[in-house]
Amino acid sequence: MSEAAVTVDAVTKKFRVYHERNQTLKAAVMRRRRSVYEDFLALDDVGFEIPQGSTFGLVGDNGSGKSTLLKCLARILYPDSGHVVTRGRVAALLEVGSGFHPELSGRDNVYLNGSILGMSREEIDRKFDAIVDFSGVEQFIDQPVKNYSSGMYVRLGFSVAIHVDPEILLVDEVLAVGDAAFQEKCTEKFVEFRRDGRTVVVVSHSMPSLRNMCDNVAWLSHGKLVETGEAKPILERYLDSTRTDQRTGRDGEVRWGSGEAQIDAVELVGPSGPAASFRTGDEVTIRLRYTARERIENPVFGLALESHDGVYLWANNTRDLGHRIDAIEGSGVVECTIPRLALQPGTFQVMASVVDQSTTHVYDYVREGARLVVDFGTPVESGGYLALDGRWS
Amino acid sequence: MVRELRQSPELLANLTRREVKGKYKRTVLGQLWSLVNPLAQMLIFTAVFSFVLRVPIPTGDPSGLHNFAVYLLCGLLPWGFFVNVLNGGMGSLVGNENLIKKVAFPRAALPLSNALSLVFSWSIEMVVLLIALTLLGAASLLWTPAVVVVMALLFLFAFGVSLMLSVANVYFRDTQHFVGILTQAWFYATPIVYPTSLVLEQSDKLGPVLGSWTLYDVYRLNPMERFVELFRAPLYDNTWPPLDSTLYCVAWAVGSVLLGVWVFSRHEKKLAEAL
Repeated sequence: MSEAAVTVDAVTKKFRVYHERNQTLKAAVMRRRRSVYEDFLALDDVGFEIPQGSTFGLVGDNGSGKSTLLKCLARILYPDSGHVVTRGRVAALLEVGSGFHPELSGRDNVYLNGSILGMSREEIDRKFDAIVDFSGVEQFIDQPVKNYSSGMYVRLGFSVAIHVDPEILLVDEVLAVGDAAFQEKCTEKFVEFRRDGRTVVVVSHSMPSLRNMCDNVAWLSHGKLVETGEAKPILERYLDSTRTDQRTGRDGEVRWGSGEAQIDAVELVGPSGPAASFRTGDEVTIRLRYTARERIENPVFGLALESHDGVYLWANNTRDLGHRIDAIEGSGVVECTIPRLALQPGTFQVMASVVDQSTTHVYDYVREGARLVVDFGTPVESGGYLALDGRWS
Repeated sequence: MVRELRQSPELLANLTRREVKGKYKRTVLGQLWSLVNPLAQMLIFTAVFSFVLRVPIPTGDPSGLHNFAVYLLCGLLPWGFFVNVLNGGMGSLVGNENLIKKVAFPRAALPLSNALSLVFSWSIEMVVLLIALTLLGAASLLWTPAVVVVMALLFLFAFGVSLMLSVANVYFRDTQHFVGILTQAWFYATPIVYPTSLVLEQSDKLGPVLGSWTLYDVYRLNPMERFVELFRAPLYDNTWPPLDSTLYCVAWAVGSVLLGVWVFSRHEKKLAEAL
């Protein structure tokens, strides 16, 4: 492991939670004492190292202290004890476009925001075209930014921030900005960052994006470091821990939900009956056997596919597909038919769920409902997960 | 704090530009508004205090000027700058809450850029005043260097106070309302719309009020009183400002900046939490 880009050494951060805060002079004078408060430990003796050139994720529930930690790394907050040592220029993307002046033009705001983020004038001059180009708001660059759509605003802000060229980039949940095309550009930019051997620290709730991006993660819970290390296993454990009603099924598979209805089995059925493996292009029916212990109105059944390395590939549920189920009670079967399996050879996980109408309450969720093994069929394509049947001409 | 600021001259320049450019955007008169305000004040005060109340003003010595409007402006323009720096500085941290919470940058750049942007508009006002004085026959233009030095002193004094107020306002939002009343009283406690001689007259009638101190002695403690004196000497009278008042103002300016920087540095790191 190379030298650490960031060393977090026994960092503790307290916040005062005010019960009665003297924010007015009257309050201070009338009560003749300081405010009544309690200390709240947002970070409690957290220590780890972030290796240079790695993409590092911070995970944890809301209020676990990960955003506080990120702000400590960015030197917006200062720890009460312990140290944060960063090696190299740090740029933080905690919020994009903060500091834009709505009445000023996009051009002026690029310079303003750039200098707030620590760029010099020549540096901005040099990068100006790249910034504008990346943001895709060329036509409007001399318009006041208050006339921008929220998307343009965010894109310009993001574009300025990413061109700071830091050795260490801190990102908080801003990956989900802009339209799909812009997101792709951002992802490319992050890949470029990694290729250049820069360090990226990400706070996100999006498990798929964390799983794809991060080499290492630190898992925080109630201000304490639970564990840190290689991303995949920790993310799995974190994900499992967030399900308080998690049960382990008969075969040791992970599942959770309130249990009023349960998925008994996930079966993969081909034209000639249940099968263990399929070929690209086959017709596949996914059959869910369920038992409802009580009458459930308007349940929604859902399916999802994940690749063996954890990439979220596909999801489909009865509500979105307009297949309304009035009510279930007792045992039953629902089926979802895929006319042509558009997957390249490989092993895939089928996840199945039954949830309520709003899709927010989970009755049962089975993470490893079935293994879908795909062999060569038609079409045969060169690689990847999907078999899109591309034709050359 | 000082070192941080010196490392980021571009940030200061850009923030100042934001203040200057953003202030009068989308107004027809634009930057002219910064002249219209003191001009309107001048008309009102001249009408009330010169035309109606007949406040007697001294004749400029040796300039020979005797004009209430310019006599007033010599005090009113520095006062206006001072109050604007205080008010703008107070709002500079609270108004940029989002920026402070999300981006790391030298915090003092906010109150400083506020003060600098006001120096810009104040300088224009002072140039107009100098032209007016010259047209009225005074030799004030020759005294420009002295005026610039006094302006620099007032800038330091105002900036120091605004640093303290900007932090105070983060913790007590009452500060801005309190300062609003205070500056109103302060305005009349400063010889802007009347000459100091009137206070001396009343003070002589009263005799000592606090031990051996007369009302006039107490009155002269006000640093803004001395600053106005420092501005009127080169501008209105065309003489050197009195040495004792100059030293008094230097002491206030230096003291205010030192105290301001000290208070600000102590709280700078806690701002993101306190806001």
